[in-house]
Amino acid sequence: MATVAAAVPVPRAARGAPLLLAALALALAAAAPLYLSQTPLNLLGQFLALAILAIGLDLIWGYAGILSLGQGVFFGIGGYLMAMYLKMQGLQPGQLPDFMTWSGVTSLPLVWHPFESFPLTLLLVFTLPALFAYAFGALVFRSRIRGVYFSIMTQALAVAVSTLFVDQQQLTGGSSGLTGFQSILGHSFYANATQIAFYEVTVVVLAAVFAVAWYLTRSHFGVLLRAVRDGENRLRFFGYNPTVFKAFVFALAGLCAGLAGALYVPQNGIIAPGMLGVVPSIEMVIWVAVGGRGTIVGALIGALVVSYAKYYLSSAYPDFWLFLVGTLFVVVVLFFPRGLMGLAELAGRALRRRGPPSET
Amino acid sequence: MDAAAAVSQLFNGLSTASILLMMALGLAVIFGLMGVINMAHGELMTLGAYMAYSCQLLFAHLAPAAGGWSYLLALPLSFAVSALLGWAIEVALVRHLYGRPLETLLATWGLSLILQQSFREVFGSNNVFVSTPGALTGGVAIGSSIQLPYVRLFILALAALALVGVFLFLYRTRNGLMIRSVMQNRPMAASCGINTRRIDALTFAFGSGLAGLAGCALALIGSVGPTTGQNYIVDSFMVVVLGGVGQLLGTVVGAFSIGEAHALIEYFTSSTAAKVAVFTLIILFLQARPAGLFPSVSRALD
Amino acid sequence: MKVSRRGFIKGVMATGATALGPTLVGKTSEAWAKGTVKVGILHSLSGTMAISEIPVKNAELMAIEEINAAGGVMGRRIEPVVVDGASDWPTFAQKARELITRDHVATVFGCWTSASRKAVKPVFERYNNLLWYPVQYEGNECSPNIIYTGACPNQQIEPAVSWLLKNKGKKFFLVGSDYVFPRTANAIIKGQLKAMGGTLVGEEYAPLGHMEFATIVNKIRQSGADVVFSTINGDSNVAFYKQYAAAGLTPEKAPIMAVSVAEVEVQGIGPQYCKGHYASWNYFETTKTPTNPKFVAEFKKRYGHSQVTDDPIEHGYLNVYLWKLAAEKARSFHPPKVRAVVGKVSFDAPQGKVHVDPANQNMYQVVRIGEITGSGMFREVWKTDGLVKPEPYSPYISDMMCDWARGGLVKR
Repeated sequence: MATVAAAVPVPRAARGAPLLLAALALALAAAAPLYLSQTPLNLLGQFLALAILAIGLDLIWGYAGILSLGQGVFFGIGGYLMAMYLKMQGLQPGQLPDFMTWSGVTSLPLVWHPFESFPLTLLLVFTLPALFAYAFGALVFRSRIRGVYFSIMTQALAVAVSTLFVDQQQLTGGSSGLTGFQSILGHSFYANATQIAFYEVTVVVLAAVFAVAWYLTRSHFGVLLRAVRDGENRLRFFGYNPTVFKAFVFALAGLCAGLAGALYVPQNGIIAPGMLGVVPSIEMVIWVAVGGRGTIVGALIGALVVSYAKYYLSSAYPDFWLFLVGTLFVVVVLFFPRGLMGLAELAGRALRRRGPPSET
Repeated sequence: MDAAAAVSQLFNGLSTASILLMMALGLAVIFGLMGVINMAHGELMTLGAYMAYSCQLLFAHLAPAAGGWSYLLALPLSFAVSALLGWAIEVALVRHLYGRPLETLLATWGLSLILQQSFREVFGSNNVFVSTPGALTGGVAIGSSIQLPYVRLFILALAALALVGVFLFLYRTRNGLMIRSVMQNRPMAASCGINTRRIDALTFAFGSGLAGLAGCALALIGSVGPTTGQNYIVDSFMVVVLGGVGQLLGTVVGAFSIGEAHALIEYFTSSTAAKVAVFTLIILFLQARPAGLFPSVSRALD
Repeated sequence: MKVSRRGFIKGVMATGATALGPTLVGKTSEAWAKGTVKVGILHSLSGTMAISEIPVKNAELMAIEEINAAGGVMGRRIEPVVVDGASDWPTFAQKARELITRDHVATVFGCWTSASRKAVKPVFERYNNLLWYPVQYEGNECSPNIIYTGACPNQQIEPAVSWLLKNKGKKFFLVGSDYVFPRTANAIIKGQLKAMGGTLVGEEYAPLGHMEFATIVNKIRQSGADVVFSTINGDSNVAFYKQYAAAGLTPEKAPIMAVSVAEVEVQGIGPQYCKGHYASWNYFETTKTPTNPKFVAEFKKRYGHSQVTDDPIEHGYLNVYLWKLAAEKARSFHPPKVRAVVGKVSFDAPQGKVHVDPANQNMYQVVRIGEITGSGMFREVWKTDGLVKPEPYSPYISDMMCDWARGGLVKR
C-alpha cells in the first residue's frame, strides 16, 4: 500500500492520512465477526462481494466511459463455477448432483469435471469470466461499436446468456439455479466458522482489488482509460490500439465481476439465472452512479449503500422500492452526476469555506 | 418442413417482424435524430396496450352494445396518449441530458421502472386481456392445414400503414423536412432558424406514439401487464443495431431479418435456441458490416 | 484538501458498516411468550409471482384470523410475520433465514415456485424448522422439514394423462414453460405414454413470460396431435390460448389439458379463449363439499366479490389448519414434535377430508378434472373415487421413494 500511496500526487503532509483511514476501515471490516451476529455479518459479506464488482464496473464506466449493462453475466459465470464446485462437494463417488438426476442425466457432463478440484475452481472463477469478457469485448469493439450501441449489445448479451442458463437445465439446474450446498473442503457449509471464513476471504480480496484499482487509476494506465473516454480516435492516432485496450479493460471488469460472483455465492447459498439477467445487471450500474463514478471509493460505498437500502426498503415497502430506485436513477443522473462522492466534496468545501475550491 | 408449415412459419416471422418494426421505427427515428436511446420505449408500448384495455372497459360501462368498436377508438388513442407522454419525457428529462447519451439511457431506465410501478398501481399487477374484436376472430384458411389469423393480418396491415405514415411524415411534410435537416447537421439547421428543441420534442413524441400503436397491436395477441414492454425492448434495439440508423429501409430490413430468422430457427430448434442464435448472428454480422445494413454515411470524427 | 475528502468517505464507510449491526440484529425477543405464537408467511408480494402468491397469502391470513377468532391454538393467539420473497430465489432463502433466526417463528407457510422451495429447503433443514408448501409440484424431493400438501405427479398429472388416453386420443403434444416443473412433468408423461400405449408427437418449451406462441402453435397444428398437455405457467398462458384459438384450433379438434391453469389464471386469460379446455386439480371453486360454500363466501367477503378461489389458495388455507391440529396433537409448537404427529390429524378442508401421509409428508387427496366454462369456472367431469395416496417419486422416472419410516430417500 505504501507504493500505492506514493503514486498519488498529494501534498507531503497529507500522505499518511488516507493510508491510515484505509487501514482503519480494513481493520474495522476484518474485525466485523467480533461485533456482528451471524445474519448481519453474512449480509455484509454479500454486499462486500458486490462491491468488488462495482469497482470493476467503475473502471470501465467511470474511467473509460464504457457503460456495460451486462455485468451480471460475468458475475453469474463466476458464481456458477463456484456453485458447481460446491455442488460436487459432499457427493459420494459416482453420485450426481440432485438436479441432474431428475433431468435424466446419467453420467457427469464433461464441463463439470474440472469442478471436482478446488485449485482448478479457484483458477477458473476469475479467468473464465475475464476470457469471456475479452472475447466478447474484442469482437464488439473491433466493429467499432461504442457508446449506447455497446451498452445495448451488453444488454442483449445478458438476455441471451440468462435464457441459455435457464434452458440448459441438465447442466445448470435451470431456473432454480444451484443451491443446497453441503460442505467445502471437508467443513460443513453452514457452520459459523465456515461462513466467517468466507467473509474474511471476501474482505481480503476486496482490499486487494481496491488497492490494485487505486494504483491502476493513478498510473499511466489510468491516463489511457480516461483518454479512451474522452477521445478514442485521438488515442488511435497516437498509435495505441484502442480495441485491444478496451477489450482488456472490459476483461478486467469481467474478472472483478467473476470474483464477486464466486465470493457472493457461498455466502448467499444459491445462484440462479435471475441474478445474471437485465435487471440485476443494470442495478449494478446504479451502485456506481450513486457512489460517484470515476472514484474507486465511490463505487465501493455505492454498492454497500444501495444494496443495503434495497435489502431494507424492498422488504419494508415492496411497492415503494421500484419507485425509489427509478427516482434514484433519474435524480442521480440529472442532479448528482458525481454521486455521493460529489456531495461529500461539496460538503467538505462548504465546511472549509476559505481558499479556492480544490480541483479534482 | 412441408410447404404448409413453411408458409405458416414465414407468415409467423412476418407477424413478429411487424410488431418489432413499429417499435423500432420510433427508436430509430429518435436515435437518428438525437443519438439517445429511450429505455422507457417499452413502457410507452405498454401504455398503448393499456389504452386498448381502457377503451374496452369504457365501452363496457358506457355502451356495452357497441363494445366491439372499442378497439377502433383505442388505435388513435394509444398513439396520442403515448405520444403525449413521450413529449413530456423529452421536455422534462431527455432535453436536460443532451449530448450525454449514456446518462439519458440510465435516466430513461429509471423512468421505465417508475412507469412500471405506476401501471401496477393504476391497473393492478394482474395481467389484463383485451378481447379480440368480432371482425378479427378466425382467419383465412388456405387448404386444410394453414390458417392465417385475421388478427395477424390486421397487425401486418397496421405496421405497413405505420411505415407509410412515417415515410410521408418524414419526406412529405414541412416538419419532416426539418427533422431530416436536424438529423443531418444540427448546428447548421439551427443556424438556419430551425427550432431544434421543438423538433426534438416533436420527433420524440412521434416515435413514442408509434410505440403506443405497437402496444395496441400487441394487446390483440397477448396479455397486457406492467412488464409487457420489457419483452420487446431488447429485440427492438437489435433491429436498430442491425438495420443501421438514418434510413427507414434499414429498420424495415432489420425487423424482417430478425423476425424471419427467429421464426425459422425456432421451428427447427426451440424458442431459446432461436433467441441465442439470432443474437450470435447479429454479432457476427456486425463483424462484416459494423454500422449495420444501411449505415448513414458521415465524415464526422470526434 | 483531498485528504479530508477521502477521510470523510472512509469515515462514512466505516460507520456504514457498523450501522448495519444494530438494525439487522433486530429484536431477539422470546416469540412464544406472552400468549402468542409467531408463524412466518413467506410469499412473493412483488415481482412476477406476486399475482399468484398474494391470494395464497390472503388465504393463509384468513385461516389465521379464523383460528384466532375461535380462541387461537392451545390458548395462544397466532401472530403472522409476513415477508416478501420478491419473486427472487436468493431473497426467499434470505427471508426464510430471518424468519427462523430473527423472528423465531414456530413454522412457515409459503413459497409457490419449485425454485423458491429449493432455495429455502437447505435453510429449513439446517435450522430444523417446518415449511408448509401449498402448490402442486413435480415431486423428486424428500425433505424432513417440508410438508407438501399440493398435488404430487400421481395426484394430478398421471390421472390426467390416463383420462385423456381413455377419452380424448393417443397422440400427445407436450408444451411447457422452461423450468423444472414442466420438464419433470413431461418426463413423467413420456414414461407414462410409453407404458400405456400413447404416442408423443412433440415437446416444446417457452421461456417464462414468453408471448409469441405462433411457432409452437404451428408445430402443434402440423403434428396432428389429439391432445395438448400444457405446463405453461403464468402470463404466457394468455398468449398461448389466444393464439391457439386464432390459429383455428379448438377443444373439439385438440383439447388442452393444463396443470397450471386454475380459476385465477382463467380470469387473466379470458374465459372465452379457454372455454372447453381442461385442467386437473384437487379443488375447484365449484367443488361440492359441505365446507366449501362457507370458505368461498368468507374469502370473497374479505377480499372482494370479483376474487375467485382456486386450488393453491385452498391448500394455503388448509395448511394453517393442519398445522394447528398437529400442534394441538403434539401439545407443542416445537417443529420436530409437530412433524412427528403430522400424520395423525385430519382436516375437513373445502376440498373434503384430507390427511398427511407421514411416510413422505405429502397429502392424501382426491383428484378432479374440470372443463372450463364460459363463466371462467370449472365443471367437474371426472374425479377419483377416494383419496389418492401421494407418490412424490413417480415410478415412471425414478426407482426411489421417500419413506421416513425407513430413514428418508430409499430404493423402491
